[in-house]
Amino acid sequence: MNCRECTDFLIDYLNGDLPAAQQRVFEGHIQLCPPCLTYLESYRATVKTCEMAHEDPQEPIPEAMVQAILAARAVKHNKV
Amino acid sequence: MAQTADPNAAASAEAALVARLRAGDEAAYAELVRTQGGRMLAVARRLLRSEDDAADAVQEAFVSAFRAIASFEGGARLSTWLHRIVVNAALMKLRTRTRRPEVSIEELLPKFFEDGHRVDEPAEWRSPAQLDALERQETRQLVRSQIDQLPEDYRTVLMLRDIEGLDTKETAELLGVTPNAAKIRLHRARLALRTLLDPHMRTRGAA
Repeated sequence: MNCRECTDFLIDYLNGDLPAAQQRVFEGHIQLCPPCLTYLESYRATVKTCEMAHEDPQEPIPEAMVQAILAARAVKHNKV
Repeated sequence: MAQTADPNAAASAEAALVARLRAGDEAAYAELVRTQGGRMLAVARRLLRSEDDAADAVQEAFVSAFRAIASFEGGARLSTWLHRIVVNAALMKLRTRTRRPEVSIEELLPKFFEDGHRVDEPAEWRSPAQLDALERQETRQLVRSQIDQLPEDYRTVLMLRDIEGLDTKETAELLGVTPNAAKIRLHRARLALRTLLDPHMRTRGAA
């Protein structure tokens, strides 16, 4: 396995989707190739920071929007 | 729908609300919008860039949900069902919007020599777990702005899988591609986002 192939397999490796034999080859490459290990860690951190960036405190829906939605329902309902 | 720690009580409160919705109880519709609307608006805001589009998507999602409540199957959580509906409404709206000029995804992918070795040596990153409160806040804004730099097809798949938590199959169905194509697109989106974040995430002192 080379670094390009190792990069291609990152998503399957992190999902635990690599067949056992391929996983052994992947892990063998990572152990011998510090740049690929560093890359793997930064790929993992990319996914983690994505989640972190969207942990929004939830705001209630504005009352004007609630009324607009209920009014839209009434219009559709009366058309039927 | 009262939030409760007891899953059985929550399930029976939800079943009661669904029964009232099916019976056309006006108060039940208002309750559904008030209890689920904030969460749905947050989803629409994440996927769409305009506040007006997000509000429209939420309204369209609720109107669709009201119409389809008879087909809601009790096996799924009501909130999960509504989440899928608002994601779909937001994607439909996204498709009607003119695309912005985009960088090519190829430019953001890692480069390799013909023998498969890396052209650039990757630098160590700061661990997201080690960031202090201020750094976390800065990183949140940075990551959001860099996700916005991704070509639209890649931004969408990343948002659906890594932020909205849809699985590959659901994502593929919503995007009209095969599950394998959705997986490859997600992988390329993550690689590209990693490239965009790299100058900002390197450990202090790294070149």
